[in-house]
Amino acid sequence: MGHLRGKLLPPALAIVFSMLLCGVALIISGANPLSAFGAMISQVGKGTTTVDIINSTGIYYIAALAVAIGFQMNLFNIGVEGQYRVAAVVAAVVGGSIALPPGIHTLVIIIAGALAGAAWAAIPAILKVTRGVNEVISTIMMNGLAIGLSAYLIRRDVFGELRGNNIRTAEIPESGWMPGISFGGGGTMFGFLFVAIALGVGYWIMMNRTRFGFELRASGESATAASAGGVNAKKMVLVSMLLSGAIAGLIGLPEMLGRDHTFSLNFTAGIGFSGIAIALLGRNHPGGIAFGALLWAFLDKSGLALDNVGVPREIVTIMQGSIVLSVVVAYEVVRRFELASEQRRVGRELGTVGGAA
Amino acid sequence: MSTSSSVRTDDPPAVVLTGITKRFPGVVANSDVHLTVRRGEVHALCGENGAGKSTLMKILYGMQPPDEGTIEVSGEQVRFRTPSDAIKAGIGMVHQHFMLADNLTVQENVVLGAEALHGIGQKARKRIIELSGKTGLNVDPGVLVEQLGVADRQRVEILKVLYRGAKVIILDEPTAVLVPQEVNELFDTVRGMQEQGYTFLFISHKLDEVRAIADSVTVIRRGTTVGSADPKTVSSRQLAEMMVGSELPSPETRESTVTDTVVLDVKGLKLMTPDGSRPILDDVDLVVRSGEVVGIAGVEGNGQTELVETIMGMRKAGSGTITLQDNDLTKLGTLARREAGIGYIPEDRHRHGLLLTQPLWYNRILGYQTRKPTSKGIWLDTDGAKKDTERIVTEFDVRTPGIDVPAAALSGGNQQKLVVGRELSGDPVLLIASHPTRGVDVGAQALIWDEIKRARAAGLAVLLISADLDELIGLSDTIKVMLRGRLVADADPNTVTPEDLGSAMTGAGSTSAAVQETAVVEEGEN
Repeated sequence: MGHLRGKLLPPALAIVFSMLLCGVALIISGANPLSAFGAMISQVGKGTTTVDIINSTGIYYIAALAVAIGFQMNLFNIGVEGQYRVAAVVAAVVGGSIALPPGIHTLVIIIAGALAGAAWAAIPAILKVTRGVNEVISTIMMNGLAIGLSAYLIRRDVFGELRGNNIRTAEIPESGWMPGISFGGGGTMFGFLFVAIALGVGYWIMMNRTRFGFELRASGESATAASAGGVNAKKMVLVSMLLSGAIAGLIGLPEMLGRDHTFSLNFTAGIGFSGIAIALLGRNHPGGIAFGALLWAFLDKSGLALDNVGVPREIVTIMQGSIVLSVVVAYEVVRRFELASEQRRVGRELGTVGGAA
Repeated sequence: MSTSSSVRTDDPPAVVLTGITKRFPGVVANSDVHLTVRRGEVHALCGENGAGKSTLMKILYGMQPPDEGTIEVSGEQVRFRTPSDAIKAGIGMVHQHFMLADNLTVQENVVLGAEALHGIGQKARKRIIELSGKTGLNVDPGVLVEQLGVADRQRVEILKVLYRGAKVIILDEPTAVLVPQEVNELFDTVRGMQEQGYTFLFISHKLDEVRAIADSVTVIRRGTTVGSADPKTVSSRQLAEMMVGSELPSPETRESTVTDTVVLDVKGLKLMTPDGSRPILDDVDLVVRSGEVVGIAGVEGNGQTELVETIMGMRKAGSGTITLQDNDLTKLGTLARREAGIGYIPEDRHRHGLLLTQPLWYNRILGYQTRKPTSKGIWLDTDGAKKDTERIVTEFDVRTPGIDVPAAALSGGNQQKLVVGRELSGDPVLLIASHPTRGVDVGAQALIWDEIKRARAAGLAVLLISADLDELIGLSDTIKVMLRGRLVADADPNTVTPEDLGSAMTGAGSTSAAVQETAVVEEGEN
């Protein structure tokens, strides 16, 4: 089918192209690209790498969903990074300071994270709706503020405590943890992965089957047509930004509920930015994003093997960057081609080749 | 010789196009076009909307390369890669939509991009004044363009191409923005310049104008030239038949179906410019009754677009009330107004009417996302939307291979039929139709007129905005003239002529008993 081809061809082209590009980069730096790629692939079966990749995929997936909701209506929430950082601190503080039965305790932490993420996203959303402040600028600035705020919140005189060399929030009691699936020496898969899957399903239903999803897509496709069709642009900006922030607020939770049980200086940063790239790669489609997240996680985790064959690990970053860049180009090229062929097909089927456009 | 004496037949022709073919995805815009323009003549290129006139002129002006065929200018074969190649060969184009910077002076606009010719100082000014006479422009080159009227702006456009040395001037639908009186002035200018040896290519689909100004006519239909005619002997009817290949539809409605039931009642509507300096809508009162078509006439940019968008709730009125069948809409949003029973055919279907990359059935939902049959509560009813789209495709004769093709794949006329079909769905009580047949083919035009007439007979109230005065006079039961944000006059469509309407539209005052002024126009409001 032409439809499927249009969806699968661009990422495949982009990946091949970026592999070639990285191959050239490797050759220039004096390494053998084949042995480098080989090392990456054989790394997958070693130790906990497989489970690490899966866990990482889940986290990236949530991040990319958060970004994708904004992208659907051309809203660039660059602030996912800051939103999940603030949300993680709040969730950790809330989780560490209350005592509730298992299950409910976890749920409260999740809700706290989502609300905190939404609240952090609400500031740029309100600025945009009331004052027309560009969300790209404001969310980037909010990212800077988030780093400062989270550092302040884990100070020892606020919510933090000193453990060895590390400053962290109070540990969440076991009732707030989310159990994972253990593979013994193969590592433990985060239980939060199931939440990620549920989010993906919910996202698909929302985008394709609900009125809100329709209004979101209509706004993204043509803001003017949406407004003539009765879509309230300001409301859409506000709601989609809050939703995006709420999902962003969950990004830190798989690790926190499944492994760390606290927010510390070792907090994993940068996932929000990866989410932007993955949402682009997956074209905001829940399936596409899953694939993109898996690819990203694979590159991240098996890239560690490159050090063993004497290749700088940073080659992975080059590859990730070039994939995103080339996938954007490839999608655009294929999109134009498909539209033109669709117009040709309609023209042919109607037999009205003639008359100007 | 029946043509003007200034036409020189012995010289090589000014422009010869031979076998021009241009393909776009999905359509052949021009196929095997032949056109010969003699030096010193006014040559009209006629064809209905979408026949391929504009594409042909873009090819001649170097904006698009032809796929096949040759261009000769003064007997020499040329190849234009950019408009500047065409300008060098002495071809200039005056676009339908003016390309002027309002905040610059006449001189600055003319010199912009041609600084190398005479600099930007006194020399340029002298040359501009010299050329101004030819175009009938009587303003100082230092005047800001924003202070000029439409007719003078057009003269500045002509001045621009003269300044660049054009001998052959393409006028693309030059009368579309003018009222009848201004058209006559333009024709005087054209004739005067023709005497001095300039050649004109006059693109139009208005046959009376073509017959009034042209020395020869070439008719283009479905992308190809179907013949030439002598405008002195051919009748408008014959020309029309050449253009469409069949008889022209007529917008004429037969008997009145106007009732006493007021559907839309607008009182004291006011809208200011965003900076609050000037009203765009000034105290507009408007009533549309069930079974009535109220037409709004006016030169574009006098507040018609804003009036429609304010009634639709896309702009917030400063003051005034909008009532639909006893429902006060003033404070409601666009969606609530649609739900109250307003159908809306926007003037620009690409910007406001359709989601172009989405399938037809998905477009059916737009504006109806809260109503049956396209939704149930918070859920979309995709089956219902698809079924109802099938209905529209059948009833409104939308030519498409299916309802899953993206809207962009359809021709303009079929897109518009889809929009009209959608907006007449769900039993609206009021239809707002902005330029409902702009840029569509004759077949679609006839169908859209029929549908509007049928809905009117069934009791629909219609607010019609159109730049096509024949359409306006033919369809309307009442015509109101809009000028600088006010409804300044009423006209009776049974007796009014396009010329009468034209003078009312420019504020020249009523010249006919068919037009009655309803408000005093204050001059110099700007």
